[in-house]
Amino acid sequence: MSLAITKINPAFTDVMPQEYLDLVADGPFGTNKSAKDLGLFKELIEDHPLCAGCNLAMAFRTLISSLPAPEDTVIVGSTGCNSLVFPQLAIHNVHSLFGNQNAVATGLKRGLKLRFPDKNKDVVVMAGDGATADIGFDMTLHSWIRGEKITTVMFDNELYANTGGQESGMTQFGTVRNMAPTGKKFQKIQVTEFAKLAGCVYVAKLSTANTAKIGQCLRNAVLVAREIGPTYIQIYTPCSTNLKIKPADSVALAKKRVKDDYAFEEYMTAEAEQLLVASGAIKPKKQKDQADKA
Amino acid sequence: MEAYQVLQGPEGYLPPAAAMHGITLGETGQALIEGRLVKKEEAVGHIAKKLLEATTPTFFPGPLLLWKTTSYALERGKLIREIAAEVNAKVIPMPDYRPKYPMINPEVEINPNHPNLTIWFNKIDVGVFIGVHCHQANLALKIIRGGTGCYTVALCAEEGHEEANTSLRETDNDTLRELLAAIKDLRKKGA
Repeated sequence: MSLAITKINPAFTDVMPQEYLDLVADGPFGTNKSAKDLGLFKELIEDHPLCAGCNLAMAFRTLISSLPAPEDTVIVGSTGCNSLVFPQLAIHNVHSLFGNQNAVATGLKRGLKLRFPDKNKDVVVMAGDGATADIGFDMTLHSWIRGEKITTVMFDNELYANTGGQESGMTQFGTVRNMAPTGKKFQKIQVTEFAKLAGCVYVAKLSTANTAKIGQCLRNAVLVAREIGPTYIQIYTPCSTNLKIKPADSVALAKKRVKDDYAFEEYMTAEAEQLLVASGAIKPKKQKDQADKA
Repeated sequence: MEAYQVLQGPEGYLPPAAAMHGITLGETGQALIEGRLVKKEEAVGHIAKKLLEATTPTFFPGPLLLWKTTSYALERGKLIREIAAEVNAKVIPMPDYRPKYPMINPEVEINPNHPNLTIWFNKIDVGVFIGVHCHQANLALKIIRGGTGCYTVALCAEEGHEEANTSLRETDNDTLRELLAAIKDLRKKGA
């Protein structure tokens, strides 16, 4: 794909809906926009049917606005609340069968590599915890073990949100949920640890309380996946509807969980770090420590 | 058994797929009029007549034509606008295939997932599709045939569409020039 595809055929400029004129004139294509520019450009997603207070929507917006090359990116989604957002998204996206997202992404990435051998084509999987860690865990894990150069993002709301709040593998031990009236009987799956063991070269775990970091982590993950291997980001996105809390309180919950058990974690291999430092995406470790102290 | 005809709708919710009734796309030089294989020239004349007889003829250019990808698309865009002006037709774009439900604005756009909304809103009686990817075109054509009374025409650059009431195949710029000439000719004859 070239940026020519984001230019309107002059024969039809007068009949194009305003949304598309705005996307071409003020959109993020070829401009290297990021989450910190939100509000200053025409976004690729502006409407969605998700609930008030949905943290997934917040994370989704930040992620989409942080893609390093939206015109050369394909997002693969799966069944879940997030799949209700994809139809409104103004870049290429594929809805896979529930759980198949990493298998679909694998085929897509390999196909794009054959079709466009000299271009970077980013494939990013965005799915919920049910699709990533339960129903599609085999697909997820095997894509990592095979070293597929794709980025996987999990929206972890710790339950099956769009079917009414049943427990998932990511639900915390002992939590009472629909279908788990006496509390969940086993531990939350440590997907970030699985990711490291399975060969992910960049892994980040954070929550919507770290909004600024979400965009940066996605950029790091996509840049590393392009060159080295699979990357994984896990974002805690509490669901106010199923947790039965006020929409306005959902971010406070995310902040509380950061203190309790969902603190920001970032792992990268030495090779990934070298790449990110060389590309200017992150500072060298020494410099970073000094900057943090200052 | 009588041969199935791909007639103007509404045929009812979920009309049968024309291909399942034995409608085939024919060979180079052929076209389809209501499921019947005819010579391309006959279909071009038929489309010209339909456009001139229509109350609200409308062209629906798709993504292959709307986005500036090739010089071929630029030339084709000009030709479509020329034909549309000649028959006083509306031009309503299909910029992409997002369902956009429930936000589709039928006044200014059409999408393959809810094409009937745009047809109903604008009271379109003849709709011409061009530059739409084939799989999406067939979807839209079938929905229109099922739920509206719009006569559909597919100007396909590939092998044509059995779901359209009239379909050309391998439509290139020369074919569009032939269509323009046929319209002008019919107009001269008082159509």
